[in-house]
Amino acid sequence: MLTTRIIPCLDCRDGRVVKGVQFGNLRDVGSPAEQAALYETQGADEIVLLDVIATIEGQAAQAATIRVVRQELSIPLTVGGGVRSIEDAERLLDCGADKVSVNTAAVQNPGLIEELANRFGRQCIVLAVDAASNENGGWGVVTHSGRQHTDWEVGDWCRFGADLGAGEILLTSWDRDGTRSGYCLKLLRHVRDNLNVPLIASGGANSPQHLWEAIQAGADAVLAASIFHSGEYTVGDVKSFLLDCGVEVRQ
Amino acid sequence: MIPNDPLSVSIVSTGVANVASVLAAFRRLGAEPREISTPEAVRSAERLVLPGVGAFEAAMQELIRRGLVEPLRERIERDLPTLCICLGLQLLARSSEESPGVPGLGVIDAAVERLPARRLPQLGWNRVQPHEKSRFFVQRAVGETASNANSEVDKESYANATPIQPGYAYYANSFCLRREPSGWLASWSNYEGDFVAAIERGRVLACQFHPELSGEWGRQCLLNWLENSGC
Repeated sequence: MLTTRIIPCLDCRDGRVVKGVQFGNLRDVGSPAEQAALYETQGADEIVLLDVIATIEGQAAQAATIRVVRQELSIPLTVGGGVRSIEDAERLLDCGADKVSVNTAAVQNPGLIEELANRFGRQCIVLAVDAASNENGGWGVVTHSGRQHTDWEVGDWCRFGADLGAGEILLTSWDRDGTRSGYCLKLLRHVRDNLNVPLIASGGANSPQHLWEAIQAGADAVLAASIFHSGEYTVGDVKSFLLDCGVEVRQ
Repeated sequence: MIPNDPLSVSIVSTGVANVASVLAAFRRLGAEPREISTPEAVRSAERLVLPGVGAFEAAMQELIRRGLVEPLRERIERDLPTLCICLGLQLLARSSEESPGVPGLGVIDAAVERLPARRLPQLGWNRVQPHEKSRFFVQRAVGETASNANSEVDKESYANATPIQPGYAYYANSFCLRREPSGWLASWSNYEGDFVAAIERGRVLACQFHPELSGEWGRQCLLNWLENSGC
């Protein structure tokens, strides 16, 4: 039976893990390679590395980060942040990413999803979707790190992305992200309906209970950052809790 | 004592992704992997890895274009040490439901089918139940590398290894084999129905999962292949 994945997320900039930590003095939790290796030891099923870069220098730092993480890591590595073209994706994969995630560029040019899937296979393409609640009681897709609203209804966009070739959806609740109040379960259930690719829940996790709730709401995998970075829970703690709840996880 | 030479491993590189993870995995084992892409290199490789991601048809076209079809068939028929990963396994078949009408390498008498699950691709970790006579899914010491495993002491500990070790492996696939090909031993996984996790015959191992991404269990699988690939 396919197990539920627990995925720590590393937010990086210039070769360091830069956020996801709520306590001031723990701002720098170590190098991405050390963090990734630690989480693998704890039982992480995959690592997501988000590295938003704006400059050429940033690109070189990102490549170096991925290479050094890859050397250490013997579990899957997904990398996202600023993927706008086949060439961007190829660069990340050459450095050692196993999957690439696309977000804003895919909304601007949905054909990119199709191109990436045709070139690298759909198992390699993660569509990252940021959803924000709207005045109609539903959710719209937002881009540019939440700064821009789009006309896309979130369920429609996820299905369209999957039809174009996205192998899985990484769904972040923009309302919950950073609030530590739990995943947005209504959003997860809404997107899960009629979606036939794996769904990764993201945004708002603060306890093992929150991860369990997201799994009950239909998530195939759960992504979390701060609860692991803060040292409050190890991946192993979370897995023990989930096992006790009857969730099948890799041991 | 003279240290053993690192084991050389040739990785077939046909321009599709994921080779970096395979290279990294073999380096961590103390082996010396290198990328190759010519028929001569496929023929003469001491140990060969055929990785593969993407679509069946595109991968076959690439093998044909580079003249690798016959050298690959010959290797496997002659039982030269070969490891096929993911799509690499599927390419051994006669055909695939993914690309109707496109012939595969035809080394095994089997047709690739779509996984019998609702949610595809299968992305994640699934339990592998090895064949009871498997040579590749046996328990090894944690931290052991290919070069130090060559010593006499380690050969002894290898002989005493737990014979069969089930475990979790990482998959990224929508297609699979669903029957044991004649002449091969199959190990199994289940995703809303049984499917072939790996097949082996002599010194040839073909995995539907990604051993290079399957943590310590995958590492042991690669190490066992390196060890069993000796003469």
